[in-house]
Amino acid sequence: MVHAAAPRTLYDKIWDDHVVDTQPDGTCLLYIDRHLVHEVTSPQAFEGLRMAKRKVRAPEKTLAVVDHNVPTTDRSKGIDDPESRTQVETLAENAREFGIEYYNELDKRQGVVHIVGPEQGFTLPGTTIVCGDSHTSTHGAFGALAHGIGTSEVETQTLIQKKAKNMRITVDGTLPAGVTAKDIILSIIGEIGTSGGTGYVMEYAGEAIRALSMEGRMTICNMSIEGGARAGLVAPDQKTFDYLKGRPKAPKGMAWDMAMKYWETLVTDAGAHFDREVKLDAANLPPIVTWGTSPEDVVSITGTVPMPSAAPSEQKKAAIQRALDYMGLKGGEKITDIKLDRVFIGSCTNGRIEDLRAVAKAVEGKKVASTVSAMIVPGSGLVKLQAEEEGLDKIFKAAGFDWREPGCSMCLAMNADKLAPGERCASTSNRNFEGRQGFKGRTHLVSPVMAAAAAIEGHFVDVRKWA
Amino acid sequence: MQAFKTLTGVAAPLDIMNVDTDMIIPKQYLKTIKRTGLGTGLFSEMRYKEDGSDNSDFVLNKPAYRKAEILVAGDNFGCGSSREHAPWALLDFGIRCVISTSFADIFYNNCFKNGILPITVSQADLDKLMDDARRGANATMTIDLPAQEIRGPDGGVVKFEIDPFRKHCLINGLDDIGLTMEKANAIADFEKQNANARPWA
Ligand code: SF4
Repeated sequence: MVHAAAPRTLYDKIWDDHVVDTQPDGTCLLYIDRHLVHEVTSPQAFEGLRMAKRKVRAPEKTLAVVDHNVPTTDRSKGIDDPESRTQVETLAENAREFGIEYYNELDKRQGVVHIVGPEQGFTLPGTTIVCGDSHTSTHGAFGALAHGIGTSEVETQTLIQKKAKNMRITVDGTLPAGVTAKDIILSIIGEIGTSGGTGYVMEYAGEAIRALSMEGRMTICNMSIEGGARAGLVAPDQKTFDYLKGRPKAPKGMAWDMAMKYWETLVTDAGAHFDREVKLDAANLPPIVTWGTSPEDVVSITGTVPMPSAAPSEQKKAAIQRALDYMGLKGGEKITDIKLDRVFIGSCTNGRIEDLRAVAKAVEGKKVASTVSAMIVPGSGLVKLQAEEEGLDKIFKAAGFDWREPGCSMCLAMNADKLAPGERCASTSNRNFEGRQGFKGRTHLVSPVMAAAAAIEGHFVDVRKWA
Repeated sequence: MQAFKTLTGVAAPLDIMNVDTDMIIPKQYLKTIKRTGLGTGLFSEMRYKEDGSDNSDFVLNKPAYRKAEILVAGDNFGCGSSREHAPWALLDFGIRCVISTSFADIFYNNCFKNGILPITVSQADLDKLMDDARRGANATMTIDLPAQEIRGPDGGVVKFEIDPFRKHCLINGLDDIGLTMEKANAIADFEKQNANARPWA
């Protein structure tokens, strides 16, 4: 292992401990400790292995789960859609053939891959993790270097990569009530833009980040990719260790003590160099709503939809106009005047127990507006069980929410959960791209409490003044 | 993987910023378990009307660009989902080179695994190439990877930068898996050392 004398960032340390080989131009072969697999991006990789008559190099370091495609209604009688069924069956078959642990659609451990990894203790500090899914950045909340990859790389235990640059985003101050991790990350993306993090690994630091729960840190790291970053990182601390201790795949006994010794070194050294620094004050952040078709199109709940005429360049003006046309909005409209048809609460961004608790607290004793259809999709089977144990499902159902089976659902609308053309949705997911939640569907990204309040009122409201 | 040395073909202008992989290949095409045949889904939400017929306004539906092999596009091309279906769809349609001012990281890497050359140029060069591409059937460009230059229809030359290692791999048609196989010994050594240092990992 490399022990350079110069102060290093957290990213530098994890990187150094995983380099297998370096080419003269700096391109490296990086060792991958953990591999997550889901049904949509993996079939071609397994097919490649089969054709080349090769095995998965380390099946015990791989975990497979179905999430993207599965229906969120009762699955005990099988999956209706023939293409989805084929993908699910193909993953089951591949997992069996290659000796990979697999959680099928009926397993209580099944759920969105990025929720399942941490839940099982598969995600550990200081490890390198890949998955054929861009939101693999979620696992960075544990101080793991986690990248989304394509499909082809699934076939080896290494990744060819050049090292990214270091960026640090420091969020100091205390979040006001009603403002959440989701608002922090949306604000960051609004600040740096969707390509602001391209070529970087972002480390999130500062007292507001330290104050967040593991769930909140996952929300932040999850959307690093929306800011263009290769990965997001939060240095592990006591909260991280407490979360992991006793999880099924976390180390036990002596192995735990040994791991802890290493994990405690996983902090950025004082004086380490960052190529870019961004600072934010949590105390100044409002609840955020996206108005357009890019996650950088953010505005405060107290704000208005932007005017194309105010754009700094012709290209930007055209981009705003295109987004407004798609979203069916006019420049100058008040955000609180925007009416919703649908509400989606779930996804690997905000489908964890803490998110559901926040929603339950907000909607208890209230009713979803008659003009709104609202669904809650727990991020995993274990989240669902926990929520039911706490009686949250009863609160949701009494308020008129649709309580469903775990999966990606309307985050990407590959299953039956999707918006009809022109429908407008407040969503706790991470992407508001054209067509993301259904052909011609209109998505506004918000935090779970903001989505909950919008479901009740039928339009966006400022949760800081709402009860 | 097909090697990439020089390519002479029609360049299509796609003057949109932040073209994401959902736009390149919408999710309904992701239900396949194959890598081939994705070309029909390429840009489908812009390329086809709701009834499935061609949208004649979309650039790749114009007669001059139906056989385009090069795409000149706005900033931050390929952002969003990591789906390797995006380069597969481009390739299946016949596009082997994309030129932009910047690319999203995962998409950029995915291109090299599939023999597609992503070229990053300055805004001034992109504006010029976008103009060239707008000339329709006359918009033939030559991409010369060994010389690292783009030669436009009027003889203008734009130089570009690329990692020497990436260039070497493309010119020789080496994909990542082939390359990592060559390093099998180094990987085995690493694993041995790792088993001691971080047995819990
Ligand atoms: S919940 Fe959404 S973002 Fe997360 S893995 Fe599923 S589709 Fe991707």
